[in-house]
Amino acid sequence: MTATDTTTVVPKTLAPKTRGGVAQSVHDSLVIAKRNLIRMMRIPEIVVFGLIQPVMFVLLFSYVFGGSINVDGSSDPKAFREFLMAGIFTQTVTFATAGSSAGIAEDMTKGLIDRFRSLPMARGAVLTGRTIADLVQTALTMVVLVAVALLVGWRIHEGLPKALGAFGLMLLLGYAFTWIGALIGLSVRSPEAATSAGLIWLFPVTFVSNAFVPTAGMPGWLQTIADWNPFSATVQAGRVLFGNPGVSQSDAWPMQHPVWASLFWSLLIIVVFRTLAVRKYRSTTA
Amino acid sequence: MQEAIIAEGLVKTFGDVRALDGVDLSVPTGTVLGLLGPNGAGKTTTVRVLTTLLRPDAGRAVVAGIDVLKHPNQVRRSIGLSGQFAAVDEYLTGRENLQMVGELYQMSARDSKARALELLEWFNLSDAADRPAKTYSGGMRRRLDLAAALVVRPPVMFMDEPTTGLDPRNRLALWEVIQKLVEDGTTLLLTTQYLEEADHLAHDIVVVDHGKVIARGTADQLKAQVGGERVEVVVQDRDLIGTASEVLRGYSRDGVAVDKHTRRLTIPVQGGAKLLAEVIRDLDARGIEIDDIGLRRPTLDDVFISLTGHHAEDADEDEQDTHASGGKSGSGGKTAAAVPAAGDSGKDAA
Ligand SMILES: Nc1ncnc2c1ncn2[C@@H]1O[C@H](COP(=O)(O)OP(=O)(O)O)[C@@H](O)[C@H]1O
Ligand SMILES: [Mg+2]
Repeated sequence: MTATDTTTVVPKTLAPKTRGGVAQSVHDSLVIAKRNLIRMMRIPEIVVFGLIQPVMFVLLFSYVFGGSINVDGSSDPKAFREFLMAGIFTQTVTFATAGSSAGIAEDMTKGLIDRFRSLPMARGAVLTGRTIADLVQTALTMVVLVAVALLVGWRIHEGLPKALGAFGLMLLLGYAFTWIGALIGLSVRSPEAATSAGLIWLFPVTFVSNAFVPTAGMPGWLQTIADWNPFSATVQAGRVLFGNPGVSQSDAWPMQHPVWASLFWSLLIIVVFRTLAVRKYRSTTA
Repeated sequence: MQEAIIAEGLVKTFGDVRALDGVDLSVPTGTVLGLLGPNGAGKTTTVRVLTTLLRPDAGRAVVAGIDVLKHPNQVRRSIGLSGQFAAVDEYLTGRENLQMVGELYQMSARDSKARALELLEWFNLSDAADRPAKTYSGGMRRRLDLAAALVVRPPVMFMDEPTTGLDPRNRLALWEVIQKLVEDGTTLLLTTQYLEEADHLAHDIVVVDHGKVIARGTADQLKAQVGGERVEVVVQDRDLIGTASEVLRGYSRDGVAVDKHTRRLTIPVQGGAKLLAEVIRDLDARGIEIDDIGLRRPTLDDVFISLTGHHAEDADEDEQDTHASGGKSGSGGKTAAAVPAAGDSGKDAA
């Protein structure tokens, strides 16, 4: 200590130099994902209600529609149940995105978002962390749903690796849709609005598709939309990889090459909507 | 580096509203600037620009020696922000909140953990460290929020109305924390609607209204602008106001201000207490009964009235409640506050 040390010492920040780049993006996204997963554990209602709806759909569709819809020329309810599951699984991963919209909208209304934006963290990590946490939740939901599906008679016929591949495609689509949900959550003013806005668009997307009924019975123009619907490609891929009945025989390219189509659509959605959402996040001054 | 915060000609419009209309500021390193103004004056907008949350339409800002618009992420390493509303995750515990913030400042997991522990202790939150912040009382949340802003011991701190909504005891406790930070050399920009708060904490005060700086200086300089001491008399009998006014005129070169409605007469004076005694005797000799008499030193509220033509409070009726609770607390003595936050530990959160 010298005499000059008696003047007040200006504190020096403890914050290390930012690393930047991908490493920091991954690190920051994981920190935020952890935060969201902790929240999820502390608000188990969200997970529970996230489960009830798809389980209910499995049971309702299986027993209400089963027997009245022809699959591959057969009205055997068992065939319909096998047909149905790829649709329900895929619908479940996409419906989970409504929670992302609401969660992000809620975050944006809280002062916490200002804290995040005032920290030297990676751009987009708040959103990426949220989408990762939502993906984990969706995967957990799927595990329960698969158990229920097996109980009502659904089976895989092409081996486990292909089935896992199908689930991978479904989760990828779900992840892609989460970014659409994120953009919606950033675009509306309140969490309540986000809950409805995040849900509404999913109905046409999931119903104008091959998910619940064979598209062959639709008017021509509607069938074309259904065939090119990104959602349909993943459902079709699921049926093919599970070896389930009711695979669409349409000539449309996505129906002929559902695995590639599903991959292509999901990646395209991620690139486009992640860019839009991150841009929106950075410009939002809420 | 002499100036820790510099702002030049900041302009920000939201539609038709000019939230900032050419704000200039400079805060020397190690000092406290009180940004004072009524609701809607542009305080929060100023803080948001300086903390990289908002891009101004025009102007320039340098914080901790770094250009805010050019290198926002570098600025973020050196600042702490405690916003107008406690920015903590309600479902995370106090400890988890602080660790998360540390990790997002890019500190290692181990350093974040150690720092969280230190801050929890310092802010008297150790007992509540592992409870979700949802269960915290308002005062505890404020403290956690402030702790989060201090995770990296930032050389420059921004606090936006840190004591709004706090009860007097927590307010005084927070004042002590702030004074401690400043002793340690932190530069602080503090916004407040409470005139006495700026008076108490800030070295320099900048008064803003409608996005413009309308005055700046030390509290004493601002008070001097309004003029010196005054004697105020409230007479009992309305009919004697005229007589009282005659008496008082003898003590004032600048005339007597009379408010008939409240029966209050005011004169500028220089003689202080001695003169007050004379006035009392004189009024007594004329048989004028008085309800109240006193020597008044100008407050920052007077500054505000003289600058803007209205009370700070008049700006927003909705804020009356917070003003009422805030306005009186400062004079309540300093006994209630211990370091850094008295009482209010884990117990009061039901
Ligand atoms: N995001 C925003 N959109 C529109 N107007 C805003 C926004 N933020 C602030 N304002 C307006 O700008 C003015 C200044 O606001 P603010 O800086 O919050 O004032 P203060 O913090 O002093 O109360 C107010 O008239 C306010 O309504
Ligand atoms: Mg404000």
